[in-house]
Amino acid sequence: MLKLDRVNKYFFRNTQDERWAVRNLSLEVQKGEFVTVVGSNGAGKTTLLNLISGTYFPDSGRIFIDGQDVTTVPAYERAKYLGRVFQNTFQGTAASLTIEENLAIAYLKGKRKGIRMAISEKMREYFRERLAEIGLGLERRLKDRVGLLSGGQRQALALLMATFGNPKILLLDEHTANLDPKTGEKIMELTTRLIEENALTAIMVTHNLQDALQYGHRTLMMDEGEVVLDIFGEERKRMTIQELLERFSELRHKKFAEDRALLSS
Amino acid sequence: MPASYAGLRKEACGIREFFLYSVQEGLLFGILALGVFITFRCLNFPDLTVDGSYPLGAAVFALTMYRGYGPVAGVVSALAAGALAGLFTGILHTFSRIPALLSGILTMICLYSINLRIMGRPNISLSENLGHRTIFVILRDAFPTVPEVYVRFLFLFALLVVLKFLLDAFLQTEIGLSIRATGDNETLVATQGINPDDMKLIGISLSNALVALSGAMFAQYQGFVDINMGIGMVISGLASVIVGEVLLRGKTIFVMTLQVIVGSVVYRLATAVALNWGYSIGFKPYDLKLFTGILVIVILSFPVLKEKFGKA
Ligand SMILES: Nc1ncnc2c1ncn2[C@@H]1O[C@H](COP(=O)(O)OP(=O)(O)OP(=O)(O)O)[C@@H](O)[C@H]1O
Ligand SMILES: [Mg+2]
Repeated sequence: MLKLDRVNKYFFRNTQDERWAVRNLSLEVQKGEFVTVVGSNGAGKTTLLNLISGTYFPDSGRIFIDGQDVTTVPAYERAKYLGRVFQNTFQGTAASLTIEENLAIAYLKGKRKGIRMAISEKMREYFRERLAEIGLGLERRLKDRVGLLSGGQRQALALLMATFGNPKILLLDEHTANLDPKTGEKIMELTTRLIEENALTAIMVTHNLQDALQYGHRTLMMDEGEVVLDIFGEERKRMTIQELLERFSELRHKKFAEDRALLSS
Repeated sequence: MPASYAGLRKEACGIREFFLYSVQEGLLFGILALGVFITFRCLNFPDLTVDGSYPLGAAVFALTMYRGYGPVAGVVSALAAGALAGLFTGILHTFSRIPALLSGILTMICLYSINLRIMGRPNISLSENLGHRTIFVILRDAFPTVPEVYVRFLFLFALLVVLKFLLDAFLQTEIGLSIRATGDNETLVATQGINPDDMKLIGISLSNALVALSGAMFAQYQGFVDINMGIGMVISGLASVIVGEVLLRGKTIFVMTLQVIVGSVVYRLATAVALNWGYSIGFKPYDLKLFTGILVIVILSFPVLKEKFGKA
């Protein structure tokens, strides 16, 4: 489904501020696989997602989605394969537009835009149905502007938008990090439900090691632009947070430098 | 640009006509303000092309008339020329990656020379016998019994109502929605498979087409084209937009375009009143731009001032 072949990404290349954000990273994700990604601040997790989505192009290496080389395909063209939710709850929606207008943008993804009315009654019907499923009462607020919603509601909406039309890959970047724990839990529940119901391939970056091991099928641990641990199957089932941290320090000869992860575990 | 037609004519007419003249001008500039609204508010693209595309519309209209075509051809040519000017600014920004403000200023400065080329001299008249009559002359002749000021007023009012509803409808189409989404959140738009650059090109072109239309209509209204008629137009368009936002609350498309039109009319009335009433305290037509500038500065600074000094 997704394949990265020796991908490198630098920032400020050939200056004294040069950052080697992603280093020779190779990765294969199978169809239907739900991968969680953890790693310290600056490990390159967001950059990895940005490379997959085409926000940045790699300096070297190739990226394939469904066998197609998309390495230099611009983000807006690649978008038809992808759904994405961001950490910042304002990034995944347009705050000045209404709920139904936001949903329409997602609904019309991949279609050629014309001068037809963007929203039809049939679409509204569908929106209400899908919104009712997430149980926040948003189906009664189609004409409310998204800026009026709470962070959790916005994130739920962003999640729904990202899964419209069953993308080949769903990219989640710490999408519960800015929510209070209870709301975060609800959004996680919704996430796993949407992924399971639609059998989506998903990559979820998280700071919560508990979540990383609990959800999905496979966990990647990143450090300094590399995937240093890749665990799945039986090994993953038995893995505890403590063991995970120990494995990390054995491999990298340092402690897993992430305060938030320890606190939230 | 003559500072204000209403200002010049006040002596010759009663208070009702004075009012109607100002409202007429408000409606004429309302077309421009709708254009400014598209870039500044929908696209979040501060487009300064306006100061060039406004006289461009007037100049192209005049050229078309001088070449022996009618006012309809003139208006269509003006719309097309304005769209092209906007497209040029859009390409500077999206292709050459020149910042928004600079892209607009560059087009504006290029247009100054182009407009002079089109006009041949800095000031040309439209009231001579051109073989074709301007729209307002046609209207006057069509309703000889009705006072001209009323005919013009009704025509402009109808024109603006039509434009408003067309724009409202457009902003709710797939492309219109995509344009508004681009102005709000470009990252989102790209992740939803829309090329934000395309939306900017369409939006800026449409905006400047309206601005040029406004220029073409105003040229017919005043009976001549002046190379300097565009100076400060972007700021008076912006003034209309924000005056409307202060006067009317609401964020639906229907209300927002209404804000623009009401804002434009009220702003013109205010400037006309300032000119006439201010005459006695030495207010001169050329002080109008200072008046507009200060008005915009005050309204834009208001939220900050209120926060800083409001509750103390
Ligand atoms: N747009 C950018 N410009 C310059 N440097 C960047 C940019 N994006 C990321 N970097 C750098 O690349 C490295 C990896 O950053 P990235 O955001 O991918 O880390 P992360 O693993 O997502 O961290 P966090 O947990 O803090 O979100 C960091 O050193 C960061 O400073
Ligand atoms: Mg990150």
